[in-house]
Amino acid sequence: MQSLTNRSKVVSKKEMTLVERMYLPAIFSGMLITLSHFFKRKPTIKYPEQKREFSGVYRGQHVLKRDEKGAERCTACGLCAVACPAEAITMTAAERKPGEENLYREEKYAAKYEINMLRCIFCGDCEEACPKEAIFLTDRQVNVYGQRKSFVYGKDILVEPKDNPIDLSKRQSAAVKEFKTHQEFGHNQTYDKNRKVKVGGHH
Amino acid sequence: MAKVTIDGHSIEVADGTTILQAARMIGGDIVPPTMCYYSKLKTSGGYCRTCIVKVTKGSEKDPRPMPKPVASCRTTVMDGMEVVNITSPEVLEARRGVVEFLLINHPLDCPICDQAGECHLQDLGYEHGLAKTRYDFPRRTFNTIDLGPYIKMHMTRCIMCFRCVKTADQITDYRVHGMLNRGDASEISTYIQKAIDNDFSGNIIDVCPVGALTDRTFRFKSRVWFTKPMDAHRNCTKCSGKVALWLKGNDVLRVTGRKDKWGEVEEFICNECRFEKKNVSDWIIEGPRHIDRHSVISANHYESLAQLKLDIGKQQKALSTKK
Repeated sequence: MQSLTNRSKVVSKKEMTLVERMYLPAIFSGMLITLSHFFKRKPTIKYPEQKREFSGVYRGQHVLKRDEKGAERCTACGLCAVACPAEAITMTAAERKPGEENLYREEKYAAKYEINMLRCIFCGDCEEACPKEAIFLTDRQVNVYGQRKSFVYGKDILVEPKDNPIDLSKRQSAAVKEFKTHQEFGHNQTYDKNRKVKVGGHH
Repeated sequence: MAKVTIDGHSIEVADGTTILQAARMIGGDIVPPTMCYYSKLKTSGGYCRTCIVKVTKGSEKDPRPMPKPVASCRTTVMDGMEVVNITSPEVLEARRGVVEFLLINHPLDCPICDQAGECHLQDLGYEHGLAKTRYDFPRRTFNTIDLGPYIKMHMTRCIMCFRCVKTADQITDYRVHGMLNRGDASEISTYIQKAIDNDFSGNIIDVCPVGALTDRTFRFKSRVWFTKPMDAHRNCTKCSGKVALWLKGNDVLRVTGRKDKWGEVEEFICNECRFEKKNVSDWIIEGPRHIDRHSVISANHYESLAQLKLDIGKQQKALSTKK
């Protein structure tokens, strides 16, 4: 049969010499290797006490952000769900009622928002698709559970707590921050009627 | 008969045909986009200027070009007329300007709007790459109004195309809504917010090119690209009963008229079909609707499994012959 690679070797079955038959030199050389590792830097860490530093753009558990006034940013536009290659995201939209302006940023909001963490491949496409800067992946890791249903994260886990906002400043590059200063892109503003207008500001 | 040449394509059309209709007869990329013109509505068109084209040769008798771009929906052809649309950078630039004007007061609320995904203004803005605005002033805003129990009006999104006014004028028996005020302050209104109560009033939702008029029974139920469009019909005493159903699982989320490739409904349907028949059992389903593959709605939408198999077979055959 033709070999798939050119790396096959013919096995030789020559008789071992006396030194080889004693096995002791091989044992000692092996022990020496083991011993040398006592004096080398350990590649492992003591996990629960010690934690590794993650990259600023590590893609872990999602968060649904609130705006500066504490209202939920998500408007249930469905772009994350349609961008999701694993079809892990589902949502149900609802209409904001008068008096709920401090809870939800715009007139539509996600009444139900679920991510199946077993389906999710942490690709970050949802984060990229979001027009409202609502969903981000964070450097937190998803917990381990005993039941499959526990991995379906609802809004109770995903929405960031009001009193403990999740810092995402490391995730945004200088280019992103620069882009957000450009008003001409109308980037994610709720329209402020009282905004000061530059009159004759062009050219 | 008149012979007209549009972007190098010639066609013989009857006298009195508009440039736009002639272009639609030719078809393809050279058809100017329209926002206010609606072939099923008389006297529609001429408001939005999206369909402007350049006439480089007036006619055989008078070959002078027209001095300015003209609205193709309102300009009739002359024998020997030569028109440029997409082959003229000037026309594309002018249309870009028109789109920018249409977007000046339009809110960027596509993530909320129920029309998103099937909105003509969205397509138009996308095609012309208008990602940024040069407008610094506050946009006009209005409160939303309920036009009766079935229709929601977002005046903020309106682009003043008059299609709904003309629908109400021509399809329904009597008109209860029109345009109030002038210029920047103009708005569609139902005079003293009188509820529209007419068997065919729901058609104003279908003719609206943006999300200014939306279906209250579908409001925020689902984004259109998560629904499955099906052709269906039923015996209706008031209308043809031929509709498009937008299903999610076995739920009829929305019923609309069947729209042709120009985004115009083939037949106007009655309110009973549109708003009250929300069970699959009310309808005889003919099969999946054809959705343009450029539309976001076509994601995961298979019109025919047999066709899909045929296409894949063709591709495989093409690949094997290449070797």
